Amino acid sequence: MQTKTKYEPSEFKDLARDLRLDILEMTTKAGSGHVSSSFSSVEILIALYFGGILKYRPQEPKWEERDRFVMSKGHAAPLLYAVLAKAGYFDREMLWTLREASSPVQGHPILGEMPGVEATTGSLGQGLSLGIGLVLGQRLRKHDYNVFVLIGDGECQAGQVWEAAMAGTHFNTDRLVAILDYNKYQEMGPVSREMGLEPLVEKWQAFGWHVEEVDGHDTMAVIEKLDYLKDLQEGKPKILICHTIKGKGVSFIEDDYRWHGRAVKGDLVEKAREELKNATR
Amino acid sequence: MQLGEKAGLNTATKPMRDVYGEALLCVARKNEKVVVLDGDLGNSTKTDMVRDEFPERYFNIGIAESNLVCIGAGMEGAGLIPWITSFSSFLLCNAYDQIRLAVAMGKINAKILGSHGGITLGKDGPTQMGIEDLALMGGLPTMTILVPSSPNSMRAAVKAATDYPGPVFLRSSRIAMPEVYPDGCPFEVGKAIVLRDGKDLTLVGNGMMVAASLDVAAQLAEEGIEARVIDLHTIRPLDLETLAQAAKDTGAMVVAEEHLLHGGVGANVARVVNEHCPVPMRYVGLADTYVESGDPDDLVVKYHLTSDDIYKAAKEVLKAK
Repeated sequence: MQTKTKYEPSEFKDLARDLRLDILEMTTKAGSGHVSSSFSSVEILIALYFGGILKYRPQEPKWEERDRFVMSKGHAAPLLYAVLAKAGYFDREMLWTLREASSPVQGHPILGEMPGVEATTGSLGQGLSLGIGLVLGQRLRKHDYNVFVLIGDGECQAGQVWEAAMAGTHFNTDRLVAILDYNKYQEMGPVSREMGLEPLVEKWQAFGWHVEEVDGHDTMAVIEKLDYLKDLQEGKPKILICHTIKGKGVSFIEDDYRWHGRAVKGDLVEKAREELKNATR
Repeated sequence: MQLGEKAGLNTATKPMRDVYGEALLCVARKNEKVVVLDGDLGNSTKTDMVRDEFPERYFNIGIAESNLVCIGAGMEGAGLIPWITSFSSFLLCNAYDQIRLAVAMGKINAKILGSHGGITLGKDGPTQMGIEDLALMGGLPTMTILVPSSPNSMRAAVKAATDYPGPVFLRSSRIAMPEVYPDGCPFEVGKAIVLRDGKDLTLVGNGMMVAASLDVAAQLAEEGIEARVIDLHTIRPLDLETLAQAAKDTGAMVVAEEHLLHGGVGANVARVVNEHCPVPMRYVGLADTYVESGDPDDLVVKYHLTSDDIYKAAKEVLKAK
């Protein structure tokens, strides 16, 4: 099994292409799954897993000193699985069993089913609280790890996110880095139309968080920000708001919220495949 | 007449919540992985005893039960054993989804205390009463569910829950209950305790209904009727063997609970008994209604949760044999 976990910047483009193709193939085979929500976070997960941010051991998934990554936007499970397979947590062939009965590759991540999955997610709003608990536990047990939580923009409509935002500051969880995939769409339409979040930066700042923003598809920029944030210890939690494109990589999916929970089917599969293979960045 | 008096039990003095607080402090002293998370009710649930001695292992998450449950789950992910505590009503009704995903579905090693279960918290009224907690917990397939019946039962249950791998829900109460187990308690998760043997019918209960059932057994004994009394302190996993044997041996059963009849202990016991050894059964519990503020002694009478109600049910079920 492949266990390559560190890639050169020149390889990121190919990595992104491979991951998007895996996501496409696995969801198409399953006949369902959140392709566009997975596509928007690809570069973020590349930065974390292959850009030297996360400390982990695919052959020892329960290593106590590993950094924790919580995929709070659990519907991006296809991306998480594709990344974990690429990192060598399990055989890539498992990906083609997504959403099948008797397969541990569940529609949304379930703790204990697949190595490398750190939390059961899929009901949005819970991951940031889990992250705070992981940091409080790290502190008490005197471990040396960071915690990263990927949340969605629609997810920020959940009250629990702001309960966690309050608690993160209260407990000074400066080993916690939240990453917000701000792709501007949710299931029913544009976030700004359905239930607006702005001014988002100011909201997080008002809750006491250190806020940074970045182009979420510029892998090097994301790495640079995360590298800075993970070591920043000023007694408060940190959040990186990543501006992304929902469905990034396939023209007819990009910024079209109707693709939120749909897999690509029929003639469109080959079209999507071609676009991804020929991606210029 | 006081609860347990007819059965010759010593009068209850210490509220179960105090016993819980002491028991939790005990396990916290023995196991440094134990942490306590509170929803700003530590002085009511008595977890503040742990705060006083181990402030670094006590976390008041504030009035935010969803956050409370998930932060606890996260701490479990760091290798700790979280006791997530609040009123049963607030925890379950505010954070059911969080308990379902973050605790039950991943089968994590977290412990949930639902304090002030049932109606005997009394004067604070129905908004605070956990009358549906056992049914809600029953809806989570991996959740072990414990309802201690006396101080010694509570002490043993807190220890057993802490040592038991996986998610556990433990219900506590505001009221005092008489001691049913004078010499410690042979508490084993999933193993019901036969407190009194008998051949004519079986009385099943947990929580305060154990002492009430013992009272009824004593009263029936004066009439020459021998009732078996079972402390069903664990609702999941249910002790099929003890229940089916009791049905077979005695041919009639009454189940009593401080909970809604709908989805409660009686419904669970009936399913098992009906499958393995159907016998006439009667149920004592809350009909489909919310309760009201009042003195607990008045409320249990008004809402039919007394030993008199169990006695009536016993006489009825005996006629149906």
